[in-house]
Amino acid sequence: MDLTPLGLVAAPLAAGVPGQRAQASSGQLLTACRLAWENDGRLVAMWGTDERYRQRGFGLRVVVEDREGLTLLEHTLPDDRARYPDVTPIFPAANRMQRATFDLLGIAAEADDTRPWLWAESHATREFPLRRDYTVSEPQASRQDEYEFVRVDGEGVHEIAVGPVHAGIIEPGHFRFQVVGEKVLRLEERLGYTHKGVEKRFASCSIDEGEKLAGRICGDSTVAYAWAYAQAVESAAGVLPPVRARWLRALCLERERLANHLGDLGAIGNDAGFAFGLAQFSRLREDVLRANATAFGHRLLMDVVVPGGVAQDLAFEHVHAMHDEAGRIARQVRRIREIYDEHAGVQDRFRGAGRASPELARTMGLVGLAGRASGEAHDLRCEYPCSPYDLLDVRMAVQSAGDVWARVAVRFDEALESARLLGIITTALLDPATMSPVQCALPSRTSANVAIGYVEGWRGPVMMALELDDDWTIRRCRPQDPSWCNWPVIEHAVIGNIVADFPLINKSFNLAYSGQDL
Amino acid sequence: MYETLRQILRVGLPSEAAPAAAPDDVVVRRLHEDILRTLGRALTIRHVDAGSCNACELEAQALSNPYYNLEGLGIRHVASPRHADALMVTGPVTTHMAVALRRTYDAMPEPKLVIAAGSCAIGCGIYGANYATVGEVAKILPVDIAIPGCPPSPTALLQGILAAIQASAAKR
Repeated sequence: MDLTPLGLVAAPLAAGVPGQRAQASSGQLLTACRLAWENDGRLVAMWGTDERYRQRGFGLRVVVEDREGLTLLEHTLPDDRARYPDVTPIFPAANRMQRATFDLLGIAAEADDTRPWLWAESHATREFPLRRDYTVSEPQASRQDEYEFVRVDGEGVHEIAVGPVHAGIIEPGHFRFQVVGEKVLRLEERLGYTHKGVEKRFASCSIDEGEKLAGRICGDSTVAYAWAYAQAVESAAGVLPPVRARWLRALCLERERLANHLGDLGAIGNDAGFAFGLAQFSRLREDVLRANATAFGHRLLMDVVVPGGVAQDLAFEHVHAMHDEAGRIARQVRRIREIYDEHAGVQDRFRGAGRASPELARTMGLVGLAGRASGEAHDLRCEYPCSPYDLLDVRMAVQSAGDVWARVAVRFDEALESARLLGIITTALLDPATMSPVQCALPSRTSANVAIGYVEGWRGPVMMALELDDDWTIRRCRPQDPSWCNWPVIEHAVIGNIVADFPLINKSFNLAYSGQDL
Repeated sequence: MYETLRQILRVGLPSEAAPAAAPDDVVVRRLHEDILRTLGRALTIRHVDAGSCNACELEAQALSNPYYNLEGLGIRHVASPRHADALMVTGPVTTHMAVALRRTYDAMPEPKLVIAAGSCAIGCGIYGANYATVGEVAKILPVDIAIPGCPPSPTALLQGILAAIQASAAKR
């Protein structure tokens, strides 16, 4: 995106993908967002930061992505009475980000919807956790129950409240349905139940502790988060980790993708009443996790990716074992896929359920796996392949039906693609050309104070933004889960479906709670 | 249908024997006896995520895969706390989940076993105590068994559940 016609001075952005940053006035902020939208772009993240200690008031950060990479727009508010422009008319996904920014920092957009999102408590106390002078360490009384849901009136309309405690072993969130008969008229999501002060915690972390915390923002995507964090740190340092570390990271990320897709394919089958699918896929998933534990000492691969490289190398015997395993799993996935495809009952539940049309996906900014099932052909591994993906030639899986079936189809394609990539990666790890140390040291001073890591996790793109002092003190760390952009789309995708299909539809998106609640 | 049956036959029975409830050895039959003596029927567990990162949930879900064969041991996850003998809690209890957690516990019948699973449930983990967390589960509920790990493996979870049953049997 060329910012010069807007009168903006762009500087290069230290990031894992091509990027630029620029200071923007409120008018320029809106124009830049509109320009990004017109260039086939989307909103990635939005957050605020307290810069009063540097006499700069409050900062608002907006990250947009278009065909040329990331643009970080930096806007300054002199104090908390100033407002910044509402960008929801351009990017609807900004609604909850703007509300969360107020909850945590007390700076508001010129928007109509001022309801709390993550942390209602600030609205009463006027004390905001992410301000540097906020010192409260005692738990605050929860005001989560006071939320104003939008209600639908009319003959025969009734309301169904579900959560935060659900029937299965899943994360907590609340869903409020307005229903006529069996049909859903309206769904409103209420999240924030797992808000545990992650962003505040980052400000007291060293760079190494930060990796541990980053790897625990969203347990199913620990490799993606740890890599995005490491990428941000390495971008700030101006270093590239050794070649073997890069291949090992790709190995871990594809194993994470494979394990999650296998788990979801089973669980979605189960929600369609096909227990056979759950039994088969949960067994395959367990095989992957057990191999992880044998090779890396952790089933979910937590703390394997660290700033500067990876924590440990992989013994050749494990590389060989993982090579064979990839082929074995691919064969079984193909076989079970045929069974799914041939099963009339399963197909009947999948087809047409929870449809997010390509138009809706584009308007709402649906990202990642769910986006690709609705025709949004974006995958960082293909668009901005960081090493070693530049050598892997990843085949992007895209569907346009936008229903449960399409999200299942994308998962099947991506699971098989990950298995294929794992075959290539394990071969590369045996090649003498990839023999190197697995970690490099970081310099004692940073070369950039703002850096962004951006990695295609199994659910979608995971972003980590770091603002640092020269001596590596973390001023602000903002993790952004793809779920921020995707949760609002479910509210649209369920309209007109029957209530009983909601678990199936929700599982087919499988969005994060902890990753978004922070 | 033919392919489905063929795949089932091809895979066979992957279920494994249950691990011993650490630290001492107990055979599966003994376990069944413990469950029956303590509860007179199967053990039922209600899980509550009180702010976890989802890693503990993934591992608790894995207990239901064919390898661990949880239900074969007479242990089952249930949807309602009113049907539950034990409550398994994960996460550093967030202020937003504290009420829901307490209500879930109150709705349970005796013996109201409480299992705190994972480093966060035991001591807040990496997140630490802060404005948004009430703290470890023991601050809210009487914990019978704590299962360390980040996250605890399915085997560790199973050992913990078995230990909870034994602890409950010993109380009588």
